[in-house]
Amino acid sequence: MKALRKFLDRIKPQFEPGGRFQSFRSVFDGFETFLYTPRTTSTSGVHIHDSIDSKRTMIIVVLALLPCFFFGMYNTGFQHWLAAGETEFPFWDLMAYGFFAILPSVVVSYGVGLGIEFIVAQWRKEEIQEGFLVSGLLIPMICPIETPVWMIAVATAFSVIFAKEVFGGTGFNIFNPALVTRAFLFFAYPAQMSGDKVFVATDPILGFGHTLPDGFTGATPLAQVATNVGDQLNLTSLSGDAVSTWDMFLGLIPGSFGETSTLCILIGAIILLVSGIANWRVILSVFVGGALMAWIANIFQSPTYAASLLSPIDQLMLGGFAFAAVFMATDPVTGARTNIGKYIYGFLIGVMAILIRTYNTGYPEGAMLAILLMNAFAPLIDYCVVQSNIRRRQRRGITIKS
Amino acid sequence: MARKNKSLSVLFNPLSKDNPVIVQILGICSALAVTAKLEPAIVMGISVIAVMAFSNVIVSLMRNTIPNSIRIIVQLVIVAGLVAIVDQLLKAYAYDVSKQLSVFIGLIITNCILMGRLEAFAMSNKPWPSFLDGVGNGAGYAIILIIVAFFRELLGSGTLLGYQVIPQSFYDAGYSNNGLMILPPMALITVACIIWIHRSINKDLQD
Repeated sequence: MKALRKFLDRIKPQFEPGGRFQSFRSVFDGFETFLYTPRTTSTSGVHIHDSIDSKRTMIIVVLALLPCFFFGMYNTGFQHWLAAGETEFPFWDLMAYGFFAILPSVVVSYGVGLGIEFIVAQWRKEEIQEGFLVSGLLIPMICPIETPVWMIAVATAFSVIFAKEVFGGTGFNIFNPALVTRAFLFFAYPAQMSGDKVFVATDPILGFGHTLPDGFTGATPLAQVATNVGDQLNLTSLSGDAVSTWDMFLGLIPGSFGETSTLCILIGAIILLVSGIANWRVILSVFVGGALMAWIANIFQSPTYAASLLSPIDQLMLGGFAFAAVFMATDPVTGARTNIGKYIYGFLIGVMAILIRTYNTGYPEGAMLAILLMNAFAPLIDYCVVQSNIRRRQRRGITIKS
Repeated sequence: MARKNKSLSVLFNPLSKDNPVIVQILGICSALAVTAKLEPAIVMGISVIAVMAFSNVIVSLMRNTIPNSIRIIVQLVIVAGLVAIVDQLLKAYAYDVSKQLSVFIGLIITNCILMGRLEAFAMSNKPWPSFLDGVGNGAGYAIILIIVAFFRELLGSGTLLGYQVIPQSFYDAGYSNNGLMILPPMALITVACIIWIHRSINKDLQD
């Protein structure tokens, strides 16, 4: 570690103004502050210094994502083996298969996103912001495993430029960049983002895996719900067995890469809550809103809207609901900032997600659209909360005077 | 000479520096609606040029006799008459396109660019400059429509004017059309990109 610090100190002068590589100053600065917490502090005004800066914050979110990521690798392999009709599931083969299946997406998402951020930072002569560290990992995790990498590249470029940089970069964006990427993919390439062919990897990679027969299909439970006919739901896994609530909790079901396992999402949520990065108000109210709406839908169940046949517990564990609640809704930049606002914001996300999922048969999954919608309303919620607080205190002042 | 310069600037200013769509941000609604394909965009552009040029001339000819208090109604009647003629012509000679454009030909009547030019220019200028102004503003509108439609059709459908441009080998290699380009939001974003490029070239327009 000391050698690294020495090396950085040695090459630093070349990046200072007047040095040989002065135009790459922001790149150097970005790497240096990424590796070491900067010692310099603000010189003017009064500031409260937290021991954790935004780069360290981002890294903790990435750590919290890792359980889901590793489970996604395992599940990718598991679904592939299951689809091939195997009954033995060699752990390391499964992990290796999943790793090689997801690697290109991760590399492309980080490469494109960070590339654009670096270029913009050079161009504006600003410091490199680190918001993309999390988005870059979230993007492959919320996409189906079979998403072509060029689509991820196009969508990432779109969202980094139009959802983030045009608003002023990290911290100024209205919409969550990872969700904008997902929404772009969903509307631009619907055939590759939904349906029953994309959620299970079908080709052998680097000698791992099997060659599956052509025309193989593996629908996610929610997609099966969307096409369900009659008033009995029967959700099946790839091997034809019924999907139990326990399977949904563990996450051994087809779905987007990182979102299937509620267990791993809970581990991530605990990491985020213990480290104080995510706000429990948002997570709690998303689940409360979702459960309430799912319960109401379940009371008024009808075969026309097959998702209303699901029990509230299943609703919360299927699809991207839990993942979105823990990792997307808690985004401090795009969410509501006041405490009361957070309750309202989260509650409406939960209600909307289940509402879209259940009553709009065009969209089997609603969490993404619900959060994007509430992102747009978050400033309004905050405004109303602040105004009502001001009014309340004014009224109190008047009563004391009289 | 000075006069000729003035009529030239009346004709050419609206193409870039004073463009009705990307500088004055007028007529956005129809720019979103008709630009999913190139052909309707071109037809729409030509229709707007024709309606604008002639309504400008007619209003300019009548400008001294129109009572000030009912001028908007008179202008509307003139525009509506011209739009009805264009609509009938399209139905007679280009039925398919007129079906694609549906209500948007009729909605030229309410296009803010038209009313704006009639009020701001034709009511206080002679017929010839008014004609040039109408053609210029119509062309400024048409250019933006065509640029937006070019990108939307190319990326959204892989075709231009209905002919396949992106070779089949691309599709075989895994390329697919961007469905979002066909949806209205992408028209807004494309217009925004044009404005972005335009403002960064013309620094004096930045505020």
